[in-house]
Amino acid sequence: MNIDFSADELAFQQEVSTFLAEEFPEEIRNKTANSIELGKDDYVNWQKILAKKGWAATNWPVEYGGTGWTPTQKYIFGNECAKAGAPEVMAFGLKMVAPVIYSYGNEEQKQRFLPDILASNVWWCQGYSEPNAGSDLASLKTTAVREGDEYVVNGTKTWTTLGQHADWIFCLVRTGAADVKNQNAISFLLIDMKTPGINVSPIYLLDGSPEVNEVHFDNVRVPVENLIGEEGKGWTYAKVLLTHERTNIAGVTDSKNRLKELKEKAAATSDGMPGSHSMLSDNPAWQQKVAELEIDLLALEYTELKTLAAVSTGKAPGPESSILKIKGTEIQQSIDLLNVEMAGYYGLPFVRDQFMDGFDGVPIGPDQAAASAPIYFNNRKATIYGGSNEIQTNIICKAVLGL
Amino acid sequence: MDFSYSEEQQMLQDSISKFINTEYDWDSRQAIAKSETGFSADHWQMFAELGWLTVPFKEDDGGFGGSAVDLIVTMEEFGKGLLVEPFLANTILAGTLIAEAGSSEQKTELLTPLMEGNVQLAFAYAEPQSRYELANIQCSAVINGDEIVLNGHKSVVINGAAAEKILVSVRTSGDACDREGVSLLWVDANSAGIQRNSYASVDGQRAADIWFDNVTLPTSNLLGNAGEAIDVIEKTIDRAALAICAEAVGAMQMSLLKTVEYSKIRKQFNTTLSTFQALQHRMANMFIEVEQAKSILLMAAIEMDRLNGKAPKALSAAKSRIGKAARLVGEESIQIHGGIGVTDELDVGHYFKRLTAIQFSFGSTDYHTARFAAS
Repeated sequence: MNIDFSADELAFQQEVSTFLAEEFPEEIRNKTANSIELGKDDYVNWQKILAKKGWAATNWPVEYGGTGWTPTQKYIFGNECAKAGAPEVMAFGLKMVAPVIYSYGNEEQKQRFLPDILASNVWWCQGYSEPNAGSDLASLKTTAVREGDEYVVNGTKTWTTLGQHADWIFCLVRTGAADVKNQNAISFLLIDMKTPGINVSPIYLLDGSPEVNEVHFDNVRVPVENLIGEEGKGWTYAKVLLTHERTNIAGVTDSKNRLKELKEKAAATSDGMPGSHSMLSDNPAWQQKVAELEIDLLALEYTELKTLAAVSTGKAPGPESSILKIKGTEIQQSIDLLNVEMAGYYGLPFVRDQFMDGFDGVPIGPDQAAASAPIYFNNRKATIYGGSNEIQTNIICKAVLGL
Repeated sequence: MDFSYSEEQQMLQDSISKFINTEYDWDSRQAIAKSETGFSADHWQMFAELGWLTVPFKEDDGGFGGSAVDLIVTMEEFGKGLLVEPFLANTILAGTLIAEAGSSEQKTELLTPLMEGNVQLAFAYAEPQSRYELANIQCSAVINGDEIVLNGHKSVVINGAAAEKILVSVRTSGDACDREGVSLLWVDANSAGIQRNSYASVDGQRAADIWFDNVTLPTSNLLGNAGEAIDVIEKTIDRAALAICAEAVGAMQMSLLKTVEYSKIRKQFNTTLSTFQALQHRMANMFIEVEQAKSILLMAAIEMDRLNGKAPKALSAAKSRIGKAARLVGEESIQIHGGIGVTDELDVGHYFKRLTAIQFSFGSTDYHTARFAAS
């Protein structure tokens, strides 16, 4: 048993680290370090830098412009990016729709869509969930009815992350007759957001951000050539994608960074608790909580490495990814709450402007204390999205325990 | 043994409950919270007319009675409606200080208009470095003859923006965390040298950071003796902690109710969420938490009334236990609602936000667990 990286892997790690030090823009680094919300331009700029290096598409096959990296290389790259504070690439184009296009699309579709995704010329968003189809995604009701060379799309998609920036949306739509079994009636359709009849309305979350949207389709006419693969196979395509492309779902490196930062800040925060501890970091109750979390994170890190080792030998990630999702998001949320706790009274101000680009007023509270509660509120979504933790638990019950 | 409310308490509860149910629906509450001042002056006047602003005060001071049980009856109902009107800042924080430490002239000048709804008050006590330690005060007040010069920075003052008069905890002698040397004074909010930076808080209320730069005021603005204010400040903050515990109990009941109701209408996999046993058990656990919270709240209120308002161990037990319940009920309500629970539009997220703010006000859950252990 051996968890060391090989000499080649260590050299690769060095190469990534050097690249990040040289190429990752200082401006974006400062924003992430100060909890400033990243804009569309920040993501696009960074992705274009990655694309220039040939590292934008870490999960694509080489023939389409991917890196061809091993799972361990992808893991190293993700880790180094998180260490450097570099944001993950927007998943919708590079990690979600592109694999469906190169796996199931025709030649014309590949040539039409993949280069622009690789170069980050086009912003994609995801049209899966609907107001009445959340955890039970297969019950989706958006219809695409064929009329000649077009589909006429009607319905509503929701939780469309950053859909306000999107040029294109990939949707799961119902093409089959009403009596066809749910999964066999679903198709995978690409839709230009400029098509008449599409209306995007923001949904404000508990932190006040318009991060997600509802996308309404009212008799939207979509050329038949935008269908990926076969009618009625959309569910299969989406499902394959979900099991294979859940990279960095546990967020271990990010959580490690945040815990480290939390400990540093606690050493500079007065305790203010009963007893004679001068700093919060000296308080045994605080120490205990942070230690328990660190230990839980260490276990998760090794669970992730075990999964990585299995994937490296060619096995598909199985229900282990459910453990990564459940424990990873629970740990993230525990760190969120410890940050609120550390902020004390400065967790109360709701000063969203302070964390927007270009704020020039008098900041309230030290460092990012006032960002802590909005982050805690917003990130309650983590145990809900991507297959809620209850759904992940069901997967373990059925697929692992045979219950 | 009798846990029932008195007839007067019952009437008080009914009248607040009626107000919340008929005039404080969710849309109205949101409209008020998003208005410029963040609360309704009309509601405030009505509270005065109905005598609610006298609830925390003794009959001798012209109040309703001022028992801890009166307080929790009131705050529990306000918690159900997620009231944003500054009842806590005015009557419980500022009001208790004046009632406990003020001279009869000061009571006439401050307490009477407060009960009549004619003045807005706030208590500035926290500082950037203090967290929950009330004696950790760097704000300095230098007494020179019959004049006081005030300097310093107070953090997150609830109702700090609307306040016309601000009560301030200051250091008149001693070192940063000494219990001796802490004094209490009030200052006109429009005095020269005061700068306020006001903002909404995460729970839809209003607060401000306040800077004092050589603010001068007469020594007659001191409440009580110079250097001896820490006891009354602690008593007041404990009273405020009890009040928000009651508010949390009200908010938790609503959060649970709304979650159970939603689970009965939300369908996934061709059935309502309420039919999944995994979720049923979680809602049952939320119910147990709410009942435990109600019980320990009553314990603390009874102890406070029995011990003349000074029951730190009982109060800490309640704040610790209710903080734990508030976290579980708030977080589980969101999780069981799913995505819709994380939106600004639905009320359940706002109960969660207020329940979170309560956990970290007037001593966090851990603070009170540690104080319980130490007392």
